[in-house]
Amino acid sequence: MSKPKANIDYKNPVITIRGLYKAFGSMQVLRGIDLDLYQGENLVVLGRSGTGKSVLIKIISGLLRADKGEVNVLGHNMDTIPEKELQELRIRIGFSFQNSALYDSMTVRKNLEFPLVRNRKGMTRKEINKATETVLDAVGLLHTINQMPVELSGGQRKRVGIARTLILNPEIMLYDEPTAGLDPITCIEINDLINEVQQRFNTSSIIITHDLTCAKSTGDRVAMLLDGQFQRVGTFDEVFDTNDERVKPFFEYKFVD
Amino acid sequence: MPPYEFKEIMRQVYETGVRSFTLITLTGFITGFIFTKQSRPSLAAFGATSWLPSLVSIAILRALAPLVTALIASGKVGSSIGAELGSMRVTEQIDAMEVSGTKPFKFLVVTRVLATTIAIPVLATYTAFVALIGGYLNVAGNEGTSYRAFMSSVFDPITFLDFESSLIKSIVFGFTIGIVGCYQGYYSNKGTEGVGKAANGAVVTAMFLVFIEEIIIVQITGWFR
Repeated sequence: MSKPKANIDYKNPVITIRGLYKAFGSMQVLRGIDLDLYQGENLVVLGRSGTGKSVLIKIISGLLRADKGEVNVLGHNMDTIPEKELQELRIRIGFSFQNSALYDSMTVRKNLEFPLVRNRKGMTRKEINKATETVLDAVGLLHTINQMPVELSGGQRKRVGIARTLILNPEIMLYDEPTAGLDPITCIEINDLINEVQQRFNTSSIIITHDLTCAKSTGDRVAMLLDGQFQRVGTFDEVFDTNDERVKPFFEYKFVD
Repeated sequence: MPPYEFKEIMRQVYETGVRSFTLITLTGFITGFIFTKQSRPSLAAFGATSWLPSLVSIAILRALAPLVTALIASGKVGSSIGAELGSMRVTEQIDAMEVSGTKPFKFLVVTRVLATTIAIPVLATYTAFVALIGGYLNVAGNEGTSYRAFMSSVFDPITFLDFESSLIKSIVFGFTIGIVGCYQGYYSNKGTEGVGKAANGAVVTAMFLVFIEEIIIVQITGWFR
Protein backbone atom coordinates (compact mmCIF):
# COMPACT_ATOMS: atom_id res chain seq x y z
CA MET A 1 0.00 0.00 0.00
CA SER A 2 2.86 2.39 0.79
CA LYS A 3 4.28 4.24 -2.17
CA PRO A 4 7.88 3.31 -3.05
CA LYS A 5 10.25 6.27 -3.12
CA ALA A 6 10.60 7.64 -6.62
CA ASN A 7 13.56 9.31 -8.26
CA ILE A 8 11.96 12.62 -9.25
CA ASP A 9 13.81 15.47 -10.96
CA TYR A 10 11.89 18.55 -9.81
CA LYS A 11 13.99 20.79 -12.05
CA ASN A 12 12.84 19.01 -15.18
CA PRO A 13 9.12 19.24 -15.99
CA VAL A 14 8.05 16.93 -18.82
CA ILE A 15 4.56 18.42 -19.03
CA THR A 16 3.73 22.07 -18.41
CA ILE A 17 0.18 23.36 -18.61
CA ARG A 18 -0.80 27.00 -18.20
CA GLY A 19 -4.28 28.53 -18.28
CA LEU A 20 -5.96 25.57 -20.00
CA TYR A 21 -9.62 25.98 -20.97
CA LYS A 22 -11.88 23.46 -22.67
CA ALA A 23 -15.62 23.54 -23.30
CA PHE A 24 -18.03 21.22 -25.07
CA GLY A 25 -20.79 23.41 -26.45
CA SER A 26 -22.08 25.52 -23.59
CA MET A 27 -20.52 23.24 -20.96
CA GLN A 28 -17.24 24.64 -19.69
CA VAL A 29 -15.23 21.63 -18.46
CA LEU A 30 -11.75 23.01 -17.75
CA ARG A 31 -11.44 26.58 -16.48
CA GLY A 32 -7.82 27.64 -16.32
CA ILE A 33 -5.77 24.57 -15.44
CA ASP A 34 -2.12 25.05 -14.40
CA LEU A 35 0.00 21.94 -13.95
CA ASP A 36 3.59 20.68 -13.97
CA LEU A 37 4.54 17.01 -14.21
CA TYR A 38 8.17 16.38 -13.31
CA GLN A 39 10.55 13.77 -14.68
CA GLY A 40 10.00 10.47 -12.84
CA GLU A 41 6.90 11.65 -10.97
CA ASN A 42 3.52 9.96 -10.56
CA LEU A 43 0.86 12.65 -10.41
CA VAL A 44 -2.67 11.60 -9.54
CA VAL A 45 -5.55 13.73 -10.77
CA LEU A 46 -8.48 13.17 -8.45
CA GLY A 47 -11.98 14.31 -9.04
CA ARG A 48 -15.56 13.20 -9.32
CA SER A 49 -16.91 11.71 -12.53
CA GLY A 50 -17.56 14.23 -15.27
CA THR A 51 -15.17 16.87 -13.98
CA GLY A 52 -12.92 16.76 -17.06
CA LYS A 53 -10.12 14.52 -15.82
CA SER A 54 -10.07 12.36 -18.95
CA VAL A 55 -10.44 15.47 -21.13
CA LEU A 56 -7.21 16.76 -19.60
CA ILE A 57 -5.12 13.74 -20.61
CA LYS A 58 -6.77 13.59 -24.03
CA ILE A 59 -5.56 17.15 -24.58
CA ILE A 60 -2.08 16.17 -23.38
CA SER A 61 -1.99 13.28 -25.86
CA GLY A 62 -3.31 15.42 -28.71
CA LEU A 63 -6.62 13.57 -29.03
CA LEU A 64 -8.47 16.80 -28.18
CA ARG A 65 -7.47 20.41 -28.73
CA ALA A 66 -7.57 23.03 -26.02
CA ASP A 67 -9.77 26.09 -26.51
CA LYS A 68 -7.29 28.34 -24.73
CA GLY A 69 -4.04 27.99 -22.83
CA GLU A 70 -0.67 26.39 -23.36
CA VAL A 71 0.13 22.70 -23.13
CA ASN A 72 3.78 21.79 -23.41
CA VAL A 73 4.71 18.11 -23.62
CA LEU A 74 8.39 17.03 -23.75
CA GLY A 75 9.26 20.45 -25.15
CA HIS A 76 6.50 20.53 -27.78
CA ASN A 77 3.64 23.00 -27.77
CA MET A 78 0.57 20.86 -28.44
CA ASP A 79 -1.28 23.74 -30.07
CA THR A 80 1.29 24.43 -32.77
CA ILE A 81 2.94 21.04 -33.21
CA PRO A 82 2.92 19.85 -36.86
CA GLU A 83 1.10 16.57 -37.60
CA LYS A 84 4.28 14.62 -38.34
CA GLU A 85 5.94 15.71 -35.10
CA LEU A 86 2.77 14.91 -33.18
CA GLN A 87 2.90 11.35 -34.55
CA GLU A 88 6.49 11.04 -33.34
CA LEU A 89 5.68 12.62 -29.97
CA ARG A 90 2.82 10.20 -29.40
CA ILE A 91 5.24 7.30 -29.52
CA ARG A 92 6.91 8.83 -26.45
CA ILE A 93 3.58 8.98 -24.59
CA GLY A 94 1.79 5.85 -23.40
CA PHE A 95 -1.96 6.04 -22.96
CA SER A 96 -3.75 3.40 -20.91
CA PHE A 97 -7.47 3.65 -21.63
CA GLN A 98 -10.24 3.21 -19.09
CA ASN A 99 -11.69 0.23 -20.97
CA SER A 100 -8.24 -0.95 -22.10
CA ALA A 101 -9.21 -0.38 -25.77
CA LEU A 102 -7.65 -3.66 -26.89
CA TYR A 103 -8.21 -4.45 -30.56
CA ASP A 104 -10.99 -7.05 -30.48
CA SER A 105 -10.04 -8.70 -33.75
CA MET A 106 -6.42 -9.35 -32.73
CA THR A 107 -4.80 -11.75 -30.28
CA VAL A 108 -2.88 -10.37 -27.31
CA ARG A 109 0.35 -10.89 -29.28
CA LYS A 110 -0.97 -8.97 -32.29
CA ASN A 111 -2.27 -6.20 -30.01
CA LEU A 112 1.22 -5.72 -28.60
CA GLU A 113 2.95 -6.04 -31.96
CA PHE A 114 0.67 -3.50 -33.62
CA PRO A 115 2.36 -0.29 -32.37
CA LEU A 116 5.77 -1.91 -32.60
CA VAL A 117 5.51 -3.00 -36.23
CA ARG A 118 4.30 0.45 -37.25
CA ASN A 119 6.75 2.55 -35.30
CA ARG A 120 9.96 0.55 -35.09
CA LYS A 121 10.87 -0.09 -38.68
CA GLY A 122 13.61 -2.58 -39.39
CA MET A 123 12.99 -4.85 -36.39
CA THR A 124 13.36 -8.52 -37.17
CA ARG A 125 10.63 -11.01 -36.35
CA LYS A 126 12.84 -12.40 -33.59
CA GLU A 127 13.29 -8.95 -32.03
CA ILE A 128 9.55 -8.24 -32.23
CA ASN A 129 8.75 -11.57 -30.54
CA LYS A 130 11.30 -10.90 -27.81
CA ALA A 131 10.02 -7.37 -27.13
CA THR A 132 6.41 -8.63 -27.03
CA GLU A 133 7.19 -11.48 -24.66
CA THR A 134 9.37 -9.31 -22.41
CA VAL A 135 6.75 -6.61 -21.90
CA LEU A 136 3.96 -9.14 -21.45
CA ASP A 137 6.07 -10.96 -18.89
CA ALA A 138 6.60 -7.64 -17.09
CA VAL A 139 2.85 -7.41 -16.49
CA GLY A 140 2.70 -11.11 -15.56
CA LEU A 141 0.56 -12.26 -18.47
CA LEU A 142 2.92 -14.13 -20.78
CA HIS A 143 0.59 -17.13 -20.68
CA THR A 144 -2.19 -15.13 -22.37
CA ILE A 145 -0.12 -14.26 -25.44
CA ASN A 146 -2.24 -16.25 -27.89
CA GLN A 147 -5.61 -15.44 -26.34
CA MET A 148 -8.18 -13.04 -27.74
CA PRO A 149 -9.09 -9.94 -25.64
CA VAL A 150 -12.59 -11.31 -25.10
CA GLU A 151 -11.11 -14.27 -23.22
CA LEU A 152 -9.38 -12.04 -20.65
CA SER A 153 -10.72 -10.76 -17.34
CA GLY A 154 -11.08 -7.02 -16.67
CA GLY A 155 -7.83 -6.89 -14.72
CA GLN A 156 -5.97 -8.85 -17.39
CA ARG A 157 -7.26 -6.51 -20.07
CA LYS A 158 -5.96 -3.52 -18.12
CA ARG A 159 -2.56 -5.17 -17.77
CA VAL A 160 -2.38 -6.03 -21.46
CA GLY A 161 -3.43 -2.45 -22.27
CA ILE A 162 -0.58 -1.15 -20.11
CA ALA A 163 1.83 -3.65 -21.70
CA ARG A 164 0.82 -2.42 -25.16
CA THR A 165 1.73 1.14 -24.22
CA LEU A 166 4.99 0.05 -22.56
CA ILE A 167 6.24 -1.77 -25.64
CA LEU A 168 7.27 1.55 -27.22
CA ASN A 169 9.23 2.54 -24.07
CA PRO A 170 7.26 5.75 -23.45
CA GLU A 171 8.69 8.56 -21.33
CA ILE A 172 5.25 9.60 -20.12
CA MET A 173 2.38 7.32 -19.09
CA LEU A 174 -1.21 8.54 -18.97
CA TYR A 175 -3.56 6.23 -17.05
CA ASP A 176 -7.27 6.85 -17.47
CA GLU A 177 -9.13 5.33 -14.49
CA PRO A 178 -6.79 2.33 -14.19
CA THR A 179 -8.77 0.69 -11.38
CA ALA A 180 -12.31 1.48 -12.52
CA GLY A 181 -14.60 -1.53 -12.44
CA LEU A 182 -12.08 -3.87 -10.83
CA ASP A 183 -12.32 -5.86 -7.60
CA PRO A 184 -10.22 -4.60 -4.63
CA ILE A 185 -7.53 -7.28 -4.98
CA THR A 186 -7.06 -6.56 -8.69
CA CYS A 187 -7.01 -2.83 -7.88
CA ILE A 188 -4.06 -3.40 -5.56
CA GLU A 189 -2.31 -5.41 -8.28
CA ILE A 190 -2.84 -2.62 -10.81
CA ASN A 191 -1.60 -0.01 -8.32
CA ASP A 192 1.52 -2.09 -7.72
CA LEU A 193 2.00 -2.41 -11.47
CA ILE A 194 1.78 1.38 -11.90
CA ASN A 195 4.50 1.82 -9.28
CA GLU A 196 6.57 -0.93 -10.84
CA VAL A 197 6.30 0.74 -14.25
CA GLN A 198 7.48 4.02 -12.68
CA GLN A 199 10.50 2.33 -11.10
CA ARG A 200 11.42 -0.08 -13.86
CA PHE A 201 10.78 2.03 -16.95
CA ASN A 202 11.57 5.40 -15.32
CA THR A 203 8.34 6.95 -16.59
CA SER A 204 6.56 10.12 -15.54
CA SER A 205 2.84 9.47 -15.17
CA ILE A 206 -0.50 11.15 -14.81
CA ILE A 207 -3.04 8.86 -13.19
CA ILE A 208 -6.66 9.85 -13.56
CA THR A 209 -8.85 8.32 -10.89
CA HIS A 210 -11.56 8.80 -8.32
CA ASP A 211 -10.26 5.84 -6.32
CA LEU A 212 -8.60 7.14 -3.13
CA THR A 213 -6.69 3.90 -2.54
CA CYS A 214 -5.19 4.18 -6.01
CA ALA A 215 -4.39 7.86 -5.40
CA LYS A 216 -2.68 7.17 -2.10
CA SER A 217 -0.68 4.15 -3.22
CA THR A 218 0.50 5.43 -6.61
CA GLY A 219 0.73 9.23 -6.37
CA ASP A 220 3.84 11.20 -5.47
CA ARG A 221 1.55 14.21 -5.69
CA VAL A 222 -2.21 14.50 -5.90
CA ALA A 223 -4.10 17.24 -7.74
CA MET A 224 -7.76 17.72 -6.83
CA LEU A 225 -9.87 18.80 -9.79
CA LEU A 226 -13.01 20.66 -8.81
CA ASP A 227 -15.15 23.03 -10.85
CA GLY A 228 -12.72 22.83 -13.77
CA GLN A 229 -9.67 23.90 -11.75
CA PHE A 230 -7.08 22.27 -9.51
CA GLN A 231 -8.21 23.35 -6.05
CA ARG A 232 -5.48 21.57 -4.12
CA VAL A 233 -2.16 20.11 -5.24
CA GLY A 234 0.34 18.36 -2.98
CA THR A 235 1.04 15.04 -1.33
CA PHE A 236 -1.98 12.89 -0.50
CA ASP A 237 -1.84 13.96 3.15
CA GLU A 238 -1.47 17.65 2.26
CA VAL A 239 -4.50 17.53 -0.01
CA PHE A 240 -6.44 15.57 2.58
CA ASP A 241 -5.61 18.04 5.38
CA THR A 242 -8.19 20.68 4.55
CA ASN A 243 -11.41 22.22 5.77
CA ASP A 244 -12.50 23.03 2.23
CA GLU A 245 -16.14 21.95 2.17
CA ARG A 246 -15.88 21.06 -1.51
CA VAL A 247 -12.94 18.71 -0.89
CA LYS A 248 -13.83 17.17 2.46
CA PRO A 249 -16.85 15.09 1.35
CA PHE A 250 -14.63 13.39 -1.17
CA PHE A 251 -12.46 11.94 1.61
CA GLU A 252 -15.18 11.05 4.06
CA TYR A 253 -15.57 7.30 3.96
CA LYS A 254 -18.87 5.94 5.07
CA PHE A 255 -19.41 2.21 5.24
CA VAL A 256 -22.96 0.97 5.06
CA ASP A 257 -23.77 -2.16 7.07
CA MET B 1 3.07 6.97 -48.17
CA PRO B 2 4.33 3.72 -46.65
CA PRO B 3 3.29 1.54 -44.95
CA TYR B 4 0.84 0.58 -47.69
CA GLU B 5 -1.07 -1.86 -45.49
CA PHE B 6 -1.11 -4.40 -48.34
CA LYS B 7 -1.78 -7.30 -45.97
CA GLU B 8 -4.69 -5.49 -44.35
CA ILE B 9 -6.17 -4.62 -47.75
CA MET B 10 -5.98 -8.26 -48.82
CA ARG B 11 -7.52 -9.36 -45.53
CA GLN B 12 -10.39 -6.94 -46.05
CA VAL B 13 -10.88 -8.07 -49.68
CA TYR B 14 -11.10 -11.64 -48.40
CA GLU B 15 -13.51 -10.62 -45.64
CA THR B 16 -15.69 -8.71 -48.11
CA GLY B 17 -15.83 -11.70 -50.43
CA VAL B 18 -16.48 -14.26 -47.72
CA ARG B 19 -19.14 -12.19 -46.01
CA SER B 20 -21.20 -11.92 -49.20
CA PHE B 21 -20.32 -15.12 -51.05
CA THR B 22 -23.13 -17.43 -49.95
CA LEU B 23 -25.86 -14.83 -50.19
CA ILE B 24 -24.63 -13.62 -53.58
CA THR B 25 -24.49 -17.17 -54.94
CA LEU B 26 -28.07 -17.78 -53.87
CA THR B 27 -29.40 -14.39 -54.92
CA GLY B 28 -27.56 -14.41 -58.25
CA PHE B 29 -28.87 -17.85 -59.15
CA ILE B 30 -32.46 -17.02 -58.17
CA THR B 31 -32.31 -13.68 -60.02
CA GLY B 32 -31.21 -15.37 -63.26
CA PHE B 33 -33.69 -18.20 -62.90
CA ILE B 34 -36.70 -16.02 -62.02
CA PHE B 35 -35.91 -13.29 -64.53
CA THR B 36 -35.78 -15.91 -67.31
CA LYS B 37 -39.01 -17.53 -66.12
CA GLN B 38 -40.88 -14.22 -65.89
CA SER B 39 -39.63 -12.96 -69.25
CA ARG B 40 -40.68 -16.08 -71.17
CA PRO B 41 -44.45 -15.35 -71.48
CA SER B 42 -43.84 -11.87 -72.94
CA LEU B 43 -41.44 -13.19 -75.55
CA ALA B 44 -43.61 -16.25 -76.22
CA ALA B 45 -46.51 -13.92 -77.14
CA PHE B 46 -44.37 -12.76 -80.10
CA GLY B 47 -42.95 -16.20 -80.78
CA ALA B 48 -39.54 -14.93 -79.75
CA THR B 49 -38.50 -17.31 -76.97
CA SER B 50 -35.28 -17.94 -78.91
CA TRP B 51 -34.31 -14.40 -77.87
CA LEU B 52 -34.53 -15.35 -74.22
CA PRO B 53 -30.77 -16.01 -73.69
CA SER B 54 -29.90 -12.68 -75.31
CA LEU B 55 -32.45 -10.81 -73.22
CA VAL B 56 -31.27 -12.51 -70.04
CA SER B 57 -27.61 -11.81 -70.75
CA ILE B 58 -28.21 -8.12 -71.55
CA ALA B 59 -30.30 -7.65 -68.41
CA ILE B 60 -27.86 -9.50 -66.18
CA LEU B 61 -24.61 -8.05 -67.49
CA ARG B 62 -25.80 -4.49 -67.99
CA ALA B 63 -27.91 -4.03 -64.89
CA LEU B 64 -28.82 -6.91 -62.61
CA ALA B 65 -25.41 -8.33 -61.68
CA PRO B 66 -23.79 -5.07 -60.52
CA LEU B 67 -27.00 -3.86 -58.89
CA VAL B 68 -27.86 -7.08 -57.05
CA THR B 69 -24.25 -7.43 -55.89
CA ALA B 70 -24.16 -3.85 -54.66
CA LEU B 71 -27.44 -4.19 -52.78
CA ILE B 72 -26.38 -7.44 -51.12
CA ALA B 73 -22.98 -5.99 -50.26
CA SER B 74 -24.60 -2.83 -48.87
CA GLY B 75 -26.50 -5.01 -46.44
CA LYS B 76 -23.77 -7.47 -45.57
CA VAL B 77 -20.51 -5.55 -45.97
CA GLY B 78 -21.64 -1.94 -45.49
CA SER B 79 -23.47 -2.67 -42.25
CA SER B 80 -20.59 -4.78 -41.02
CA ILE B 81 -18.04 -2.03 -41.68
CA GLY B 82 -20.31 0.56 -40.05
CA ALA B 83 -20.85 -1.57 -36.96
CA GLU B 84 -17.21 -2.62 -36.68
CA LEU B 85 -15.77 0.89 -36.92
CA GLY B 86 -18.60 2.28 -34.79
CA SER B 87 -17.80 -0.25 -32.11
CA MET B 88 -14.10 0.57 -32.34
CA ARG B 89 -14.93 4.25 -31.93
CA VAL B 90 -17.13 3.63 -28.89
CA THR B 91 -14.57 1.39 -27.18
CA GLU B 92 -11.76 3.90 -27.88
CA GLN B 93 -9.87 1.45 -30.09
CA ILE B 94 -9.55 4.14 -32.77
CA ASP B 95 -8.16 6.59 -30.19
CA ALA B 96 -5.76 3.86 -29.05
CA MET B 97 -4.45 3.52 -32.58
CA GLU B 98 -4.02 7.26 -32.86
CA VAL B 99 -2.07 7.63 -29.62
CA SER B 100 0.19 4.73 -30.54
CA GLY B 101 1.47 6.62 -33.58
CA THR B 102 -0.69 4.86 -36.19
CA LYS B 103 -2.96 6.79 -38.50
CA PRO B 104 -6.31 5.03 -37.95
CA PHE B 105 -7.86 6.66 -41.01
CA LYS B 106 -5.28 5.05 -43.24
CA PHE B 107 -5.31 1.68 -41.50
CA LEU B 108 -9.07 1.36 -41.05
CA VAL B 109 -10.76 3.51 -43.66
CA VAL B 110 -8.45 3.50 -46.68
CA THR B 111 -7.96 -0.28 -46.51
CA ARG B 112 -11.68 -0.98 -46.29
CA VAL B 113 -12.63 1.41 -49.10
CA LEU B 114 -9.95 -0.08 -51.35
CA ALA B 115 -11.08 -3.58 -50.40
CA THR B 116 -14.72 -3.00 -51.33
CA THR B 117 -13.66 -1.19 -54.51
CA ILE B 118 -11.65 -4.25 -55.53
CA ALA B 119 -13.99 -6.95 -54.23
CA ILE B 120 -17.37 -5.71 -55.53
CA PRO B 121 -16.41 -5.89 -59.25
CA VAL B 122 -15.10 -9.43 -58.67
CA LEU B 123 -18.29 -10.37 -56.86
CA ALA B 124 -20.42 -8.74 -59.58
CA THR B 125 -18.65 -10.85 -62.22
CA TYR B 126 -19.33 -13.93 -60.13
CA THR B 127 -22.98 -12.89 -59.70
CA ALA B 128 -23.33 -12.55 -63.48
CA PHE B 129 -21.87 -16.02 -63.94
CA VAL B 130 -24.19 -17.61 -61.37
CA ALA B 131 -27.22 -15.71 -62.70
CA LEU B 132 -26.49 -16.93 -66.21
CA ILE B 133 -26.36 -20.49 -64.90
CA GLY B 134 -29.75 -19.90 -63.30
CA GLY B 135 -31.05 -18.56 -66.60
CA TYR B 136 -29.54 -21.46 -68.52
CA LEU B 137 -31.12 -24.08 -66.25
CA ASN B 138 -34.51 -22.48 -66.78
CA VAL B 139 -34.09 -22.24 -70.55
CA ALA B 140 -32.68 -25.76 -70.78
CA GLY B 141 -35.57 -27.10 -68.71
CA ASN B 142 -38.22 -25.46 -70.85
CA GLU B 143 -36.78 -25.10 -74.34
CA GLY B 144 -34.18 -27.88 -74.17
CA THR B 145 -31.50 -25.50 -75.41
CA SER B 146 -27.96 -26.88 -75.22
CA TYR B 147 -25.32 -25.20 -73.10
CA ARG B 148 -23.24 -24.30 -76.16
CA ALA B 149 -26.22 -22.73 -77.99
CA PHE B 150 -27.24 -20.83 -74.85
CA MET B 151 -23.76 -19.40 -74.31
CA SER B 152 -23.46 -18.45 -77.97
CA SER B 153 -26.74 -16.49 -77.74
CA VAL B 154 -25.68 -14.97 -74.43
CA PHE B 155 -22.53 -13.35 -75.77
CA ASP B 156 -23.91 -12.39 -79.22
CA PRO B 157 -25.55 -9.10 -78.18
CA ILE B 158 -22.93 -8.13 -75.62
CA THR B 159 -20.57 -5.34 -76.60
CA PHE B 160 -17.36 -4.11 -75.03
CA LEU B 161 -19.27 -1.08 -73.77
CA ASP B 162 -21.54 -3.40 -71.77
CA PHE B 163 -18.58 -4.96 -69.99
CA GLU B 164 -16.99 -1.59 -69.52
CA SER B 165 -20.05 0.12 -68.06
CA SER B 166 -20.77 -2.88 -65.85
CA LEU B 167 -17.22 -2.82 -64.51
CA ILE B 168 -17.25 0.94 -63.92
CA LYS B 169 -20.60 0.63 -62.16
CA SER B 170 -19.28 -2.10 -59.86
CA ILE B 171 -16.19 -0.07 -59.03
CA VAL B 172 -18.30 2.99 -58.21
CA PHE B 173 -20.72 0.89 -56.15
CA GLY B 174 -17.84 -0.76 -54.28
CA PHE B 175 -16.25 2.58 -53.49
CA THR B 176 -19.61 3.96 -52.33
CA ILE B 177 -20.33 1.01 -50.04
CA GLY B 178 -16.87 1.26 -48.50
CA ILE B 179 -16.84 5.00 -48.02
CA VAL B 180 -20.38 5.17 -46.63
CA GLY B 181 -19.81 2.28 -44.19
CA CYS B 182 -16.53 3.78 -43.02
CA TYR B 183 -17.94 7.28 -42.67
CA GLN B 184 -20.92 6.07 -40.64
CA GLY B 185 -18.76 3.95 -38.36
CA TYR B 186 -15.72 6.17 -38.03
CA TYR B 187 -17.74 9.21 -37.06
CA SER B 188 -20.35 7.45 -34.95
CA ASN B 189 -20.97 8.57 -31.40
CA LYS B 190 -23.57 8.23 -28.66
CA GLY B 191 -22.29 4.87 -27.41
CA THR B 192 -23.88 1.59 -28.33
CA GLU B 193 -26.89 3.39 -29.79
CA GLY B 194 -24.47 5.04 -32.19
CA VAL B 195 -23.15 1.65 -33.32
CA GLY B 196 -26.65 0.54 -34.30
CA LYS B 197 -27.27 3.82 -36.08
CA ALA B 198 -23.95 3.54 -37.90
CA ALA B 199 -24.79 0.05 -39.17
CA ASN B 200 -28.29 1.07 -40.20
CA GLY B 201 -27.13 4.35 -41.73
CA ALA B 202 -24.47 2.54 -43.74
CA VAL B 203 -27.05 0.22 -45.34
CA VAL B 204 -29.72 2.83 -46.04
CA THR B 205 -27.36 5.50 -47.37
CA ALA B 206 -25.32 3.07 -49.48
CA MET B 207 -28.45 1.55 -51.07
CA PHE B 208 -29.87 4.98 -51.82
CA LEU B 209 -26.62 6.16 -53.39
CA VAL B 210 -26.25 2.94 -55.39
CA PHE B 211 -29.64 3.55 -57.05
CA ILE B 212 -28.77 7.19 -57.77
CA GLU B 213 -25.43 6.16 -59.27
CA GLU B 214 -27.16 3.45 -61.32
CA ILE B 215 -29.42 6.07 -62.90
CA ILE B 216 -26.52 8.43 -63.61
CA ILE B 217 -24.23 5.76 -65.10
CA VAL B 218 -27.04 4.32 -67.24
CA GLN B 219 -27.71 7.82 -68.59
CA ILE B 220 -24.04 8.45 -69.34
CA THR B 221 -23.61 5.02 -70.96
CA GLY B 222 -26.69 5.73 -73.07
CA TRP B 223 -24.92 8.69 -74.68
CA PHE B 224 -22.16 6.38 -75.93
CA ARG B 225 -24.45 3.77 -77.46
